[in-house]
Amino acid sequence: MKRETLIWTILFVVGGLFLFYRAALSEHGMGKEYVKESRINPQSASDLRIKFVNARIGEEGARFSLSRTVGLWLSAFFTLAVLSFLYRDNVFYKIAESIFVGVAAGWAMASAGFWEAIVPKLLANLVPDLMRTWALPDLDASRKPNYIYLVPLVLGIMVLWRLMPRGGWIARWPLAFIVGTFAGIKLISFLDADFVNQIRSTIVPLVVLNQQGRYDVWSSLRNAGLVFGVLSCLTYFFFSLEHRGLAGKMARVGVWYLMITFGASFAFTVMGRIALLAARISFLLDDWLWLIDPKGERPF
Amino acid sequence: MLDFLKTLDRRWIFLAMLLAVAIPIYQQKLFPETPTKPVQDVFDYIEQLDQGSNVLFSLDYSPSSEGELAPMTTALIRHCCLKRHKMFFMTLMPDGLPLLEPNIEAVIETEFKDSKFEYGVDYVNLGYNAGREVVIVVMGTNLSKMFPLDYYKKPIDQLPMMENVISLQDMDLIITISTGYPGVKEWVQYSASPYGIKLAAAATAVQAPQAYPYMPNQLLGLLAAIKGAAEYEAALGARYPAYRDPRKNDGIRRMAPQFWGHLLIIGLILLGNGIYFADRVRGGRR
Repeated sequence: MKRETLIWTILFVVGGLFLFYRAALSEHGMGKEYVKESRINPQSASDLRIKFVNARIGEEGARFSLSRTVGLWLSAFFTLAVLSFLYRDNVFYKIAESIFVGVAAGWAMASAGFWEAIVPKLLANLVPDLMRTWALPDLDASRKPNYIYLVPLVLGIMVLWRLMPRGGWIARWPLAFIVGTFAGIKLISFLDADFVNQIRSTIVPLVVLNQQGRYDVWSSLRNAGLVFGVLSCLTYFFFSLEHRGLAGKMARVGVWYLMITFGASFAFTVMGRIALLAARISFLLDDWLWLIDPKGERPF
Repeated sequence: MLDFLKTLDRRWIFLAMLLAVAIPIYQQKLFPETPTKPVQDVFDYIEQLDQGSNVLFSLDYSPSSEGELAPMTTALIRHCCLKRHKMFFMTLMPDGLPLLEPNIEAVIETEFKDSKFEYGVDYVNLGYNAGREVVIVVMGTNLSKMFPLDYYKKPIDQLPMMENVISLQDMDLIITISTGYPGVKEWVQYSASPYGIKLAAAATAVQAPQAYPYMPNQLLGLLAAIKGAAEYEAALGARYPAYRDPRKNDGIRRMAPQFWGHLLIIGLILLGNGIYFADRVRGGRR
């Protein structure tokens, strides 16, 4: 047996034994989910719809949920499968990766795309009576078909025409509409929010007085640093002038400002990645293995 | 020793990071937190709003960012519940849709069960709408055009809390909790800048540096990454003593693994540079 195979085998056996011990032999087990019934609108006498919400162990009305427990174990499996990539590429990582891509695409198409966009926004306006009987029982009975929605329907069909063996060029028309619309919307908003308003935000007093009329050193320095930073960075990106003399020194300072900004961005990225790792480890130790109970949710 | 460090397998570093993060989580150590100005500004603004003010939450993130953004979502909703503001929930991300309901359930319907918040009167789940920034553009003048039905497919004009709400301009505050596109930038461009609507942001660490330039004129405050969540929880605990309980504060509990993880990274950067210079002194590869 190869050394690596031996290591993996030992890890799997030890991990499996530990899980078996925690789940079957320990006093309270591990990784179980409980739910209870909850009315969507408890104050309403007519709205009797219910949903299942997470419940704590031992809470009144709480009962074991097999589906959510399976979900929890799958979540733990996929977390470990993805983390296993840090050791090396392997079949578990590939499985997790493929399922993630498939689920994300399926979700975006079926739930978010069809049930949240096409049904309530398009079909409910074109064929409201049919939608009321089929999918949207609360739809207003007085709603009449609004045929202006035929325009997005036709544009949508034209986009999908790209999949046809002939006439793929038809998809260019709705795409041209999308590109034109977005360009127009973006241009105005960008000029307003990221150009004019950012210039306005840079026009700040270099000498700041506090409420007592005294010189506020820190605010003044901060404003001066802001203005100087903007000017020096702009100088660095001003290529019509050779970066020599004063312009060269300003550009050099601009580079320092940029480097500090990149450093801060990189540090933020590190912070974000560690936060995500901490969240997954917290999930494994708390929700799955029940080794810790930081929220005090379990009675033992 | 130098040769050993130069050829060290990176998997040992991964293992060190795993331990640096996992051990503090297991030990559940806590660090004190003090809110910084961008966080305190958001807290103060929500605090001074009149009871029953309209607050729109746009949860523009997917499950992949939940580890970072869920603690601040909880803290912000909790604060709005304490002030009894009217809360509108929506998302611009298709995979953000499954995150709306659990947040509402966990805070409004469970933690604040005794406060008897009523769906449609005190809070509403508008769900998701495709269209990214176009959704914000249209909501700027007509909210029900983008969200004719709520998450439960009920017409929103039948809900009492929508009576006096026509567009985004009727919101006293918009809070975007975002991870990328569409997110903070789009809310600034299409709601805060053109209409002057008060906007607060909670962002992932990766996105936060892009949001800072918008403060304070276009963005009244920013909760940046998990640190922002911890600071907001600290601000909430300082004002409402019941929320000093660490069991209620996910963000504060995450600061210990964060601290040790950062310390390890700093140590590794120093070590890496030390190895590089030691190698140069020894006459190695330049």
